[in-house]
Amino acid sequence: MQKIDPAERVAAMLRIRRFEEQCILLSRAGRFSGHYHVYIGQEATAVAACAALGAEDFVFSTWRNHGHLLARGAAPDRMLAEILGKAGGYARGKSGTLHLAVRELGIPATSALVGGSLPLATGAALACKRRGSGVAVSFFGDAALEEGATYEALILASLWQVPILFVCENNSIPPAQRKRGQFTSSTLPASRLADVPQALQIRAEVVDGADTDALSDCFARLVSEVRGGGGPRFVEVRCTRWPGSFPLWPELPSGEWQLGWAFDQTPDRADLAAWIVQSDPLSMHLRKLISAGALTRAQAKALDERAKAEMADAVRFALDSPFPAPEEAYRHVWAEEGTTP
Amino acid sequence: MRISFAEGLARALSESLATDPRVVLIGSGFVGLNTEARALLDPVLLEFSDRILVAPISELGLAGAGIGAAMAGQRPAVDLSTGSFIFQAFAQVVNEAANIHYVSGGQTIAPVTFCSLAGMRGAGAAQHSHRTQAMLGQVPGLQVLVPGGADDAYHLLKWSLLESQNPTVFISHALLLGEKAELNPHAPMLPVGRAHVRREGRDVSIIASSITVPRALVAAEALERERGVSVEVVDLRSIVPLDRNTVLKSVAKTGRAVIADECNHSYGVAAEIAATLAESELAPLKAPVRRVTVPDVPVPYSPPLEAELTVTTEKIIAAVSRVLNLR
Repeated sequence: MQKIDPAERVAAMLRIRRFEEQCILLSRAGRFSGHYHVYIGQEATAVAACAALGAEDFVFSTWRNHGHLLARGAAPDRMLAEILGKAGGYARGKSGTLHLAVRELGIPATSALVGGSLPLATGAALACKRRGSGVAVSFFGDAALEEGATYEALILASLWQVPILFVCENNSIPPAQRKRGQFTSSTLPASRLADVPQALQIRAEVVDGADTDALSDCFARLVSEVRGGGGPRFVEVRCTRWPGSFPLWPELPSGEWQLGWAFDQTPDRADLAAWIVQSDPLSMHLRKLISAGALTRAQAKALDERAKAEMADAVRFALDSPFPAPEEAYRHVWAEEGTTP
Repeated sequence: MRISFAEGLARALSESLATDPRVVLIGSGFVGLNTEARALLDPVLLEFSDRILVAPISELGLAGAGIGAAMAGQRPAVDLSTGSFIFQAFAQVVNEAANIHYVSGGQTIAPVTFCSLAGMRGAGAAQHSHRTQAMLGQVPGLQVLVPGGADDAYHLLKWSLLESQNPTVFISHALLLGEKAELNPHAPMLPVGRAHVRREGRDVSIIASSITVPRALVAAEALERERGVSVEVVDLRSIVPLDRNTVLKSVAKTGRAVIADECNHSYGVAAEIAATLAESELAPLKAPVRRVTVPDVPVPYSPPLEAELTVTTEKIIAAVSRVLNLR
């Protein structure tokens, strides 16, 4: 388990943001079809959680998985190729964005069903307990708590006392703010989601998804407790949804994120401007580091340029990658003899 | 040695647990409420109690945990109890386990075994009598094993626990638990995906699986004894993979086919076999194919009503007689 310094944290968050912006641009340019979900505004959670993990650990995500994979070390070029359905993707175009997985990084499979991954993650944690090493982290959104699978996974994790950290990224839009035609949001009759697992004897807490330092401390502590045999833990990360994710299809209100927005400039759209100041973990963390003297604006700019360049390369790789040959459709229905898990 | 189907299951579990430390049992039912079968299984469960997980009534969670543990290197058997209960777990069995290897582009395998005790078992009524193999056969990526004898209860379960690389649904039948067969545990198993010609014959082929295997064998003996008819009985052993070749070879030889299958009539295993015959290059059959299946109605409780729908030896005899134009 390595601790990453503030500049690395910024770099990791910038990579996710710049990656997701490219996804939106590629989708809007008609470069891939189908629905997709971006992680803008939640970057700090994946970065803090994955910084607390080691190579033997497992990560389970959802349809909103790009940030988790990038924070875990997945290659953006292969991820984008997969999102575009290309042969150069991690699954040779068979998963698309929905099931992105990188087995060698401890991300064996990604369920795109609400609540679908929690039982899987619980099983991986059971395997960790049996072999005596590793933990599982299960990321999911607030809507997962509306599914029975979630409840059953919590029961098993508590009963079996397996090393799992349930991470509920609550990016729900409060009912009063929803508009007709917008993306659906959870309608769970619980105001504090962390209350739900506590009845099953799973210790749970709430943390602010915009506070990068608090997230880092929280995940370092919770993963350590889980790793030490303390049984499952549950954390509700309260995120405020990025305005670009309000419509059914993501958009870039006021264009791509600008470094200046973290300082003296303001995006045109008022809702975005407010979100940048109050809820964006990236902008807020940058402001905090620079005012504390831990990072200069020039350093931040350099990190951003590097992230942009990396994602531009990834886009090029993905666009240049060929589509899979039709025969690929028939491969991997069955595992061949000798395939090792 | 001669063993019962329940002994085959207990032996397979015991030997698998002893052979491979990655084998872990999620739940401990496997033989249902059958007292004699439980007496065979209980010593195994006691011996390996450290590898048996307490299982609440959470089929969906248990199935998913089995898949997750399998992806992470274990070889779990998940006891889903009564066959109909697999519906509680369908989202994980059908929509997670079956897809994982494919959507990961071959990166990940999930060698989990889902055990269920399915079928029309007497007094199960509508919600405890499902035969799920045909539905599960519609799911690419799931192996569906349907042993029809004690030898295969042992061999197929052990193979699934120790050797299979893919997710498997292992379907026992409550009324098969006492069925006996000869077993040589040291002889190599007929490979999975190969049907077993349990009885050779010249005049007609009965294609059977699971509970219809012993019933077809009884029918074949009666037909030979009483009518001088030579009947071949093909035990499919697995619905996925399906051994079409052995079926075609048998029917090519006899020229007549009766398919005995406990699924409902429409879209069932028998329908798939009939379609296989229809699409084949076989010379025209000597008689139309006949399916002996369960009519398309829910299973009722009352014994005479359940009996009305059951695929019995008598119904198989009647179908063979019709195919052969016997009186």
